[in-house]
Amino acid sequence: MSWISASSRTSHAFGTPELSLAAKVWQISRVFVVLVLALGAVGVLGQYSAANGHMEPWAGRHALRFGVLFVGMIGIALIDIRFLARMAYPIYFANLLLLAGVEAYGKIGGLGAQRWINLGFVQLQPSELMKIALILGLARWFHDATLEDVRRPTYLLAPLAMVLVPVGLVLAQPNLGTGLMLLMMGGAIFFLVGVRLWKFGLLIACGVGAVPLVWRFMKDYQKRRVTTFLDPSTDPLGAGYHITQSKIALGSGGLWGKGFLLGSQSHLNFLPEKQTDFIFTLLCEEWGFWGGVSLLTLFAMVVAYGIFVGLRSRNQFGRILALGLSINLFLYVFINTAMVMGLIPVVGVPLPLISFGGTSMMAVMIGFGLILSVLVHRDSRMRNGEI
Amino acid sequence: MSADRDADRFRTLGRRAAMLGGLQLGMLGVLGSRMYWLQVLESERYQMLADDNRINLRLLAPSRGTIVDRYGQPLALNERNYRALIVSEQTPSVERTLNTLTSMLSLGDQEKQRILKEVAKKRAFMPVLLRENLTWEQVAAVQVNAPDLPGVSIDVGEVRSYPLGDALSHVVGYVSAVNEAELKDEKEPVLALPGFKIGKNGIEKHHELNLRGRAGTTQVEVNAYGRTIRELARDDAKAGHRLTLTIDAELQKVAHERLRQEESGAAVVMDAHTGAIYVMASFPGFDPNIFSRGIPLDLWEELQSSPTLPLNNKASGGVYPPGSTFKMTTALAGLDSGAIDLNHTVHCNGQYPFGDHVFHCWKKGGHGSVNLTYAFAQSCDCFFYDVGRRAGIDAIWATATKLGFGGKTGLDLPYERPGLIPSTAWKKRATGDIWHPGETLSVSIGQGAVVVTPLQLAVMCARIASGFAVEPHLAKEIQDVGRERTDWPRLPFKQQHLDAIRLGMTAVVQYGTAARSQIKEPGMQMAGKTGSAQVRRITAAERERGVKSEQLPWKDRDHGLFVSYAPVDNPRYVCAVVCEHGNHGATAALVAHDLMLAAQRRDPGAIS
Repeated sequence: MSWISASSRTSHAFGTPELSLAAKVWQISRVFVVLVLALGAVGVLGQYSAANGHMEPWAGRHALRFGVLFVGMIGIALIDIRFLARMAYPIYFANLLLLAGVEAYGKIGGLGAQRWINLGFVQLQPSELMKIALILGLARWFHDATLEDVRRPTYLLAPLAMVLVPVGLVLAQPNLGTGLMLLMMGGAIFFLVGVRLWKFGLLIACGVGAVPLVWRFMKDYQKRRVTTFLDPSTDPLGAGYHITQSKIALGSGGLWGKGFLLGSQSHLNFLPEKQTDFIFTLLCEEWGFWGGVSLLTLFAMVVAYGIFVGLRSRNQFGRILALGLSINLFLYVFINTAMVMGLIPVVGVPLPLISFGGTSMMAVMIGFGLILSVLVHRDSRMRNGEI
Repeated sequence: MSADRDADRFRTLGRRAAMLGGLQLGMLGVLGSRMYWLQVLESERYQMLADDNRINLRLLAPSRGTIVDRYGQPLALNERNYRALIVSEQTPSVERTLNTLTSMLSLGDQEKQRILKEVAKKRAFMPVLLRENLTWEQVAAVQVNAPDLPGVSIDVGEVRSYPLGDALSHVVGYVSAVNEAELKDEKEPVLALPGFKIGKNGIEKHHELNLRGRAGTTQVEVNAYGRTIRELARDDAKAGHRLTLTIDAELQKVAHERLRQEESGAAVVMDAHTGAIYVMASFPGFDPNIFSRGIPLDLWEELQSSPTLPLNNKASGGVYPPGSTFKMTTALAGLDSGAIDLNHTVHCNGQYPFGDHVFHCWKKGGHGSVNLTYAFAQSCDCFFYDVGRRAGIDAIWATATKLGFGGKTGLDLPYERPGLIPSTAWKKRATGDIWHPGETLSVSIGQGAVVVTPLQLAVMCARIASGFAVEPHLAKEIQDVGRERTDWPRLPFKQQHLDAIRLGMTAVVQYGTAARSQIKEPGMQMAGKTGSAQVRRITAAERERGVKSEQLPWKDRDHGLFVSYAPVDNPRYVCAVVCEHGNHGATAALVAHDLMLAAQRRDPGAIS
């Protein structure tokens, strides 16, 4: 295996290829960009329909945010991956502080479930950004790890803490959906780097053992979400109403849908939260089974592309980063769509790029930028301690 | 890190990434299957549920059928009811709008409070009623000032109107809001519509189903909050059938005004051959217009407690002892049973001893020798005591029943009363006692247990005058449903017997007890029979003192009755009049004179 790839023109001090800005831009995948633009367009259409065929109040802002964040994505794609690796821990800890900060501010400010920091054009939700920061942190940690290192339980204590501390903070907010996503993401990365399966078994056993304890600390509304999920008929006008109406909307859409702007469930307000968590339902009611399957296929292609990028990278940091981010996207999509179909409890997870909401879009677009950065810098080789 | 070690961990990573990718593919498969199940396999069911959500079926109230008299003059019709409504979401301030309206609709503070309360209770897009039954001036004022009255709209409903007012109140009846019991009784959904009214009395009640019509439906699309978005389908309501009555409205008004002079009473003018009722008046009446708009409680209580019973239809729902008007029945029973013949004569000395009791004729000195005709003319009690005694109670009962007494006539009005004709079987049933022959003598002159309605008196008179078993009715024609029956079977009486009775009745008016009520117009002469019914028995002591009915307090005075037919030689009209506490039949006969004259001049029976 050559130290210097064919595309490199100048030699770096660490022996890795150095790309010019133009070459980097050239390296950005056109296919990936088209896929992301397609998702953005579906999102704007969905928001337009959610407002009964108006740009206000959602579609216009959705498009604007997407445009700004698209430029940001390209910008992030151009950032040197070694710089990203160097910044991984600072970003992780800064985010952890932010998360602890809103938690403390929320408590002091007496605002209850206060999870927002106002940045002007978006309301920043640190828990959403924590997903990116955690992937960066774990990628950085396992970048240095050989398989032998990974097999040593003591080596795993630090990354385990990196997962569990933010999970604890997010659950305390309380934000069940994001907490579970962080946990699954951490688990997926542990799995990818080669942690033995029996160790997962042990952890899951511990987790199951902790269920009664966790139940005690859960808020009433969270308990209700779980019980309503297990038997939606217990509360047909409350939490179960959302799922019942969502299933009616989906089912009545049929094979080909009712047509754009013609979803009766959505437009007559039987569907709750149609511009945010239940946007997939609206799209499936109007575009039918084939529309929904097409949208899922679009997401699957983006996820597959992320995995492809991860496996193309020559450095472990980039591999873990790209794989982790694609898994993150997959989790978003799966949890959201499974929820609106009544497969899992109602947890507040948006559909990336489609649901209205700044933070999740920002987190996903940053993630896409990072995946592109991994792609652009796929031939950067970083030795142990060479960052 | 050596290249080998990196290759090792890359192999592991690759393998595990493939496993995760496979897992993701599997999870996508689950999502896809779920969508297939929901959107393809179960789609029809969910489509139905979505339609259930979005489509509301609403009822459209049918327009009530109008009621007209025999000439087409309206007796009950639907008038436009202009209502002012407010939709709170369309006005920046309900209170300010109400203040602007105050002078136009003269809204009181209490009314404003009620409106504000209702606005607070209802959803913002639901209209709240401001005021019903607006005058034209009020409607115009609201519409001219529309720019200053955001959210206020005028809406047109229907309200039942009765042009004849209290003159025909007992016949047409009235409509009013549906009560709980009626709603449960008849599971017709249209009854549950707010503001829907049904017949509560009179023709409105009896012909309710014909008048009501059929409700229509409209399918409207509603949103999750129940707001109507648009109409999807409509099946218009079918209006009720137009109902033509046999009543002659002008004649009815004449009768009503004439009865007004007698304080309290009833009159029926009927066709002797067809049973068509031209006039059915009961005085005093009530204004059904007030009932259909919602009657105030104090007025309701006043009507209920009045001693003249304005809410009762005295013509078919009031029962009276027939007094001497029953004597035709007694005579016909005697003739028909063969107990007497046409030449039967009785000597009247003012008294008729029977058993250990002495029955008195109304004339103290007696009438001397009387035959059938003279007995009618002078209303000699002794003659009819004798006839009754000979015929027996059961023969009287049989004849009375054939003449229409002792049971409901089948008139198409609610709350008709059957009256009572005693018989040995009835006595046994009612008291367990046997019939005493002395009681027959009381019944013979229309006293004792026998009670009849003025309507039954008219029917009896019609059957004697025509010889047919006519039945009274008020519905002449129900549009698209049917017409009145006018041909009736002949009664099983001998013609010469009926002729003898008619001769007696003619004598009553020509030179007898009703001679003052003769109709002088050629071809319009009337025949009849007076009667008075004791309300309170005059004691032996009072009889000794010669106390007359006129000297008693009003409510103790005798009722005056009169039955008649005209013209004498070719009977067309029959008339029965009861003047409550009118002392004697001659007063009633004067009323009948006026009605019969008016009836024959208008001649409503000429076209049929």
